[in-house]
Amino acid sequence: MPGKVKLLVGSKKGVFILESDERRRSWRLTGPFCETWPIHHVVGDRRDGAIYGAGGNEWFGPAVWKSTDGGVSWTHSSHGLAYATGETPVKAAWSVALAHGRLYAGVEPAGLFVSHDGGASFEPVQGLRDHPTRPDWQPGGAGLILHSIVLDPDDPQRIWVAISAAGVFYSGDGGATWAPRNKGTRADFLPEGQRYPEFGQCVHCLVKAPGRGDRLYQQNHCGMYRSDDGGETWVSVEEGLPSTFGFPAAAHPRDPEALFLFPLNGAEQGRFAPQGRPAVWKTTDGGAHWRGRSAGLPQGDAFFGVLRQAMATDTLEPAGVYFGAGNGSVYASADEGESWMRIAENLPAISSIETLVVDA
Amino acid sequence: MRLPASLTALFSGAPRVVELPSGSVSELIDALDARWPGMRDRLCDSSPAVRRHVNVFVNGARARLDGPVPPAADVYILTAISGG
Repeated sequence: MPGKVKLLVGSKKGVFILESDERRRSWRLTGPFCETWPIHHVVGDRRDGAIYGAGGNEWFGPAVWKSTDGGVSWTHSSHGLAYATGETPVKAAWSVALAHGRLYAGVEPAGLFVSHDGGASFEPVQGLRDHPTRPDWQPGGAGLILHSIVLDPDDPQRIWVAISAAGVFYSGDGGATWAPRNKGTRADFLPEGQRYPEFGQCVHCLVKAPGRGDRLYQQNHCGMYRSDDGGETWVSVEEGLPSTFGFPAAAHPRDPEALFLFPLNGAEQGRFAPQGRPAVWKTTDGGAHWRGRSAGLPQGDAFFGVLRQAMATDTLEPAGVYFGAGNGSVYASADEGESWMRIAENLPAISSIETLVVDA
Repeated sequence: MRLPASLTALFSGAPRVVELPSGSVSELIDALDARWPGMRDRLCDSSPAVRRHVNVFVNGARARLDGPVPPAADVYILTAISGG
């Protein structure tokens, strides 16, 4: 059945929605929504079309926003989205994820909350909150944030989260207990001899490959990695990339060997595309080889970056790939990253992009 | 009590001016929350304290959560300068 694609765009000044038919050539923009609050991440529920946005406002604090009418109207809640009295309060919600009737929200300072009532109220995932390593978690440049929530579509007990800069943590029992999953990932910012710690790595983005396997990918502050055992061990797949540094990673919707990245020139070199020539890099063999694609992207003098949650794929055939930039531009590819077109510009700085494919 | 437009925009039907019984600032905010569930979370964090970029003035003086609000007091809730 022909589908309709919605791009759910989180930005520094509200949520925007871009919508197209399955050809993905012509896009219609609506927004800003959510009273122009900074919204770090937006996801949609394919079952009912509901849209959830995680954000935080300097005046009014953290909230998860919800729309059940395609963005026309919104509600917001932070009921239960709080730490105990006396602890550092939750500043903002940074990520949301949906599966098995649960809505998870990751927050700053790093923590995970779950809602069983569609975002009306939340409760802490206490096992992560009480993890013995927590007192030693250090913030990354954006703060101590829980930014990636990876849920197993086939098993509600399996949850991975990524925290900057504490690393990847895994629960196989629905969030009751957690263990670090960082073996093999580097922390170049630590003293020599201490660069492979149990936790404390600066993971930038964590995604799961499609299918029933245990394959994960992560873009890290210090390299690009793949795991074939659910994060128990990681191997570097950065050879062939123009840089070991970047923020987003987007998995292909059907092919576990395919992944899309937007490498940046380096942590201390400005954090834009190498030589000011943006390119999306793609592998189709699990990271053994990489190819950069820039057709349709600016061919020079482009010094924007792409944040950790600002790249996504859709589920159509061929898969669409999208990214949003710090300069407010959104680029789309309807041919699995081979060629690109700009579909929006002059938006606020873009924090995140997710897709929602619905029946037309 | 006078409420900022950026707050009332978040709660359908919330007016810019509302009359509440006297008490503490915290009790007045609880009264707001009873009428518009969730409003306390917008104004206070879990410290608990009035949020850093929200100011409450009672008869012209900045007040904390435990500050008293006498009968017929003029109370302003204002958003501080913030943003980017």
